[in-house]
Amino acid sequence: MFVVAVLFIPSQAFWAYALAGCLLAGVMILAELPAGLVLRRLVVEIPILVFALLLPFFGQGETTEVLGLTLSVEGLWGAWTIIAKATLGLGASIALASTTTIPDIIRAMDHIRVPRVITAIAGFMVRYLDIVAGEFSRRKVAMSARGYQPRWWWQTGPMAQSAGALFIRSYERGERVHQAMVARGFSGRMPSFGDRPATAREWVVGLSVPAAALVLAFLSLTVLS
Amino acid sequence: MSEPSLEVVDLCFSYPDGHEALSGVDLHVHHGERVALLGPNGAGKTTLLLHLNGILTAASGRVRVSGLEVGSDTSMEVRRRVGLVFQDPDDQLFMPTVGQDVAFGPANFGVEGEDLDVRVTEALGAVSMADSADRAPHHLSYGERRRVAIATALAIKPEILVLDEPTSNLDPASRRELIEVLRELPVTQLVATHDLPFALELCPRALVMDQGRIVAADQTADILTDDELMRRHRLELPYRFDPRAQGRA
Repeated sequence: MFVVAVLFIPSQAFWAYALAGCLLAGVMILAELPAGLVLRRLVVEIPILVFALLLPFFGQGETTEVLGLTLSVEGLWGAWTIIAKATLGLGASIALASTTTIPDIIRAMDHIRVPRVITAIAGFMVRYLDIVAGEFSRRKVAMSARGYQPRWWWQTGPMAQSAGALFIRSYERGERVHQAMVARGFSGRMPSFGDRPATAREWVVGLSVPAAALVLAFLSLTVLS
Repeated sequence: MSEPSLEVVDLCFSYPDGHEALSGVDLHVHHGERVALLGPNGAGKTTLLLHLNGILTAASGRVRVSGLEVGSDTSMEVRRRVGLVFQDPDDQLFMPTVGQDVAFGPANFGVEGEDLDVRVTEALGAVSMADSADRAPHHLSYGERRRVAIATALAIKPEILVLDEPTSNLDPASRRELIEVLRELPVTQLVATHDLPFALELCPRALVMDQGRIVAADQTADILTDDELMRRHRLELPYRFDPRAQGRA
């Protein structure tokens, strides 16, 4: 909800972006997230930043001089909007992922009525991703142990075959997991485990930041119109 | 004698590729017994186990659990009566947390709320994993995962617990812990295993399966000391392991 609210903030409302940034920084400080961790995770944004920084050079229309460079005004606005929104959105995702365990996120998705088939698939993915990745890295080690060191694309055949074999093994594992589920009475519908509902206090705490962001988005839209 | 907990009569099954995995299996397990199912690789043990709670359907013959015949119309009740523990715990544990995985079975049978919490706590307690409900399965050791897999079946409160190769890939300490856990469980058990000392220690009676049929049924110690039977069915004891000495100990 925070990310959606930030998307609605108009580009010109610098103050609203600054406040949203303060809000997010406040959450990170409260959660005692190490700055190094946040910065490391922000690295994934670099390709977007590069793309955004190129926009002023290739934008159309009115131009302006900045430090001797001729830049497109429209491009500058575009770059600013992309950088501000992407950074805030990514920051919010980092704060959520660092403070909430994946099982809790999946459980919360269940509570807000995300279809159970989606949450079940997400759960399976989380559960089996590291098993499949572990199997793949063991295969790579086993291939290296027999002298396989691919340097060129035409040497990647065995890697592709290994990935194919892994796909088949994962499919077979899927069948065995299904058998194990059926053995415990699974009949096509994931059961509800009747988790306790969230308390009023948890709702207030959980909604405070997105609600503040919504107010910011509303104010910025009203002020500018 | 009373009605067997598990009765299999002339059970036959072939896979779609034509391979005949079971060719007339007869066996029975009585209430409270712990029975080992021994046999070489490819003897049909896992295929047999998958018939016991209706995952595979017999081509001919029948399986009865406490008098109830396994069939498509009785499969849910049969699955409540027979708890199946698979060889690879990663096949059995698929939920994000241990607690949710243990709750999965009973929740499928309509248990909910506080009763469900009690089932989870009891089942995890029975395998000495009571503190692990909120842990993720992939953060557990292999031995712990094996015990949690047993808890997922126990939570259904089955009449008979069926285990497929429960000691495979376990280190000696985890194997010892598993034996202690299984010995304490007050439930009928059928255990398919290659681990003959484990079978001798846990199960007073054993069945030998080979080429899709039961070829011997006797006291475990008698089977392990029948050298001719052991050789014929590719069963082999660990180096210098003497089942006679074990019996005297």
